[in-house]
Amino acid sequence: MKTDIILCGVGGQGILSIATIIGEAAMNENLYIKQAEVHGMSQRGGDVQSNLRISSNPIASDLIPKGGADVIISMEPMEALRYLPYLSKNGWIITSSTPFVNIPNYPDIEVIKADLNKLPNVIMLDIEGKAKDAGVPRSANVILLGAAQKALGIEYDKLEDAIRRVFGRKGDAIVEANIKALAIGKEAQK
Amino acid sequence: MKKLLLGDEAIAQGALDAGLSGVYAYPGTPSTEITEYIQMSPLAKERGVHSRWSTNEKTAMEAALGMSFMGKRALVCMKHVGLNVCADPFVNSGMTGVNGGVVVLVADDPSMHSSQDEQDSRFYGKFAMIPTFEPSNQQEAYDMMAAAFEYSEKQCLPVLMRVTTRMAHSRAVVELADAPREQNALNYDAKAANWVLLPANAKKRNDAVTAQQAQLEEDATNSTYNIYKEGKDKSLGILASGIGFNYVNECFPQGSPYPILKISQYPLPKKLVRRLMDECEQLLIVEEGQPFIEDIVRGVADMKNVHGKLDGTLPRTGELTPDAVKQALAELSTFNFELSTGFAPSENVVPRPPALCQGCGHRDVYAALNEVLKEYDNPRVFGDIGCYTLGFLPPFRAIHSCVDMGASITMAKGAADAGQWPAVAIIGDSTFTHSGMTGLLDAINENANITVIISDNLTTGMTGGQDSAGTNKFEAICRGLGLSDEHLKVVVPLPKNMPEITQMIRDEINYKGTSVIIPRRECMQTLQRHLKQKKAAK
Repeated sequence: MKTDIILCGVGGQGILSIATIIGEAAMNENLYIKQAEVHGMSQRGGDVQSNLRISSNPIASDLIPKGGADVIISMEPMEALRYLPYLSKNGWIITSSTPFVNIPNYPDIEVIKADLNKLPNVIMLDIEGKAKDAGVPRSANVILLGAAQKALGIEYDKLEDAIRRVFGRKGDAIVEANIKALAIGKEAQK
Repeated sequence: MKKLLLGDEAIAQGALDAGLSGVYAYPGTPSTEITEYIQMSPLAKERGVHSRWSTNEKTAMEAALGMSFMGKRALVCMKHVGLNVCADPFVNSGMTGVNGGVVVLVADDPSMHSSQDEQDSRFYGKFAMIPTFEPSNQQEAYDMMAAAFEYSEKQCLPVLMRVTTRMAHSRAVVELADAPREQNALNYDAKAANWVLLPANAKKRNDAVTAQQAQLEEDATNSTYNIYKEGKDKSLGILASGIGFNYVNECFPQGSPYPILKISQYPLPKKLVRRLMDECEQLLIVEEGQPFIEDIVRGVADMKNVHGKLDGTLPRTGELTPDAVKQALAELSTFNFELSTGFAPSENVVPRPPALCQGCGHRDVYAALNEVLKEYDNPRVFGDIGCYTLGFLPPFRAIHSCVDMGASITMAKGAADAGQWPAVAIIGDSTFTHSGMTGLLDAINENANITVIISDNLTTGMTGGQDSAGTNKFEAICRGLGLSDEHLKVVVPLPKNMPEITQMIRDEINYKGTSVIIPRRECMQTLQRHLKQKKAAK
């Protein structure tokens, strides 16, 4: 088993908490993990990404080679497109459909969506809307994770268990909200 | 026990498990998380390990030497440019040597993700005649920490441990030791004269340390971290250091047919390098950072069968990538690489540079400053290192320089000496105590015609909100340096206070002499964190 994942978004959108859950699930399965993160200046509203690699064999490089990513999980639609050269020809993009506009020259969102829809394997979701409707407004990113479950090649139950362990000390309500969000994402894969 | 750790965290845990007594550091990406991890560590708390932030890298290094003087193990952490700040104690620690083990951990930032240059700290190690370690992965970083402290004590020299961004900020599963080593007991140095670098003593030390270099190189030759991996095909030999080794391995999932020499301990073991050169027709040198090894190997003879960054086989600047390494290997060998291609980049993607947070006090400072400076012919604003350097970008376009920690005040002074007016310096609170105070003393002593703005957000913001050494002391510091109360102003940078702050800036620019304005309001990042903590406590 080997999955190369690019997590991306805008600084402060919480891509690292998705990485934490995947990492926890992978570690529990005794898989090898490498996760390169971005800290420092770009976290201030700039584009951020994390390379997450999980495998049943040892992993050499912390960075994913071009054309090697099996899945891009993005909290923002234009950011998903930024890493296209890294996406494998049969890779998946799982992205939020809501633009994060903090620059004056943000392109027309319909153009961005059209670019995404040209690709073979894309799941684009209004995660904020879905999270709000379901009463779990703070777990939008976990909806994205649920929608990426098949592309990640991790069993659904393992992700659920990982959420219980990661959020356990924050109390049952937060655990349940995130599990609900995961299930919403899972449904969106169909 | 296994743990998923950042490279920085593995280093911190490695130091703690090696019996650390103190970490001394100033925050700097990508090294900050080492000290933060130790600050949060239950073991460090239980053992009373010193972990409070230092005012700058120089004070950190010197305090670590003091701890070593007493026989205890100390770790100093910084980013690469921090080593410039502590170059004096660092280089001279190579002369004094150490008593308790000292590891100087320097995190280089090739590609300059959060830095102003791409300098490679291995040059400092060579220059100061200090042995240098360079781990290839998180497990090695953890293991090496114990080895480095032991080696430091064995050779009575500090050890420089050099990592780079991808190593510092990448997570992997690390297998930890069963139990931490005991801390060293207090123990005065038997070699007391070594610590007094009076010329008479220093000359002896210089001879001794110079003579010691042969031993250090022999140790590097025999080091378990420097590995010669046999390969059948001698048409190419690969020398890979630090995380460059990982990218080479990534290109050969089934193992390399070519011999590989992995270098993770310096001085460069010439014997091993010569063996690779003798056995192979040509050489590829893969190292993260500047061509440190390549320059030594290639030499003046400019050997044509040595390839790397200097002949353009690998990119001369920026971080290495698995793709760049694969391309270099493909160029030099007949190996049939699997070249995977991704999708073409989208033409509709635009850059998204970082920006000051919404509601940030620096924004109000720049808004006010820009408004006032419109009234003058050729104003110049000398910036400094921190979040507020982003004031260079639109919409503010407010600063004209950013060189190094503290240079805003001293450059403004130099410009004023040359006849510039208005000459404004803008510096953050933490940068001011790091390296701005001495420059302000120069300015005050000559009553230089400059206006200094210490934009105080009560924290070290850029690196994530660490304690700032001068919090609550800035007025006292300025007065202590000799500034009169008349030209020391404090204001809260908020849109509603705009008339007050603009008038203040105008008055102080028009005053012919040194003045300091302190706009003070908490950083938005730490404010949100504090509000969350308060809510959780309720």
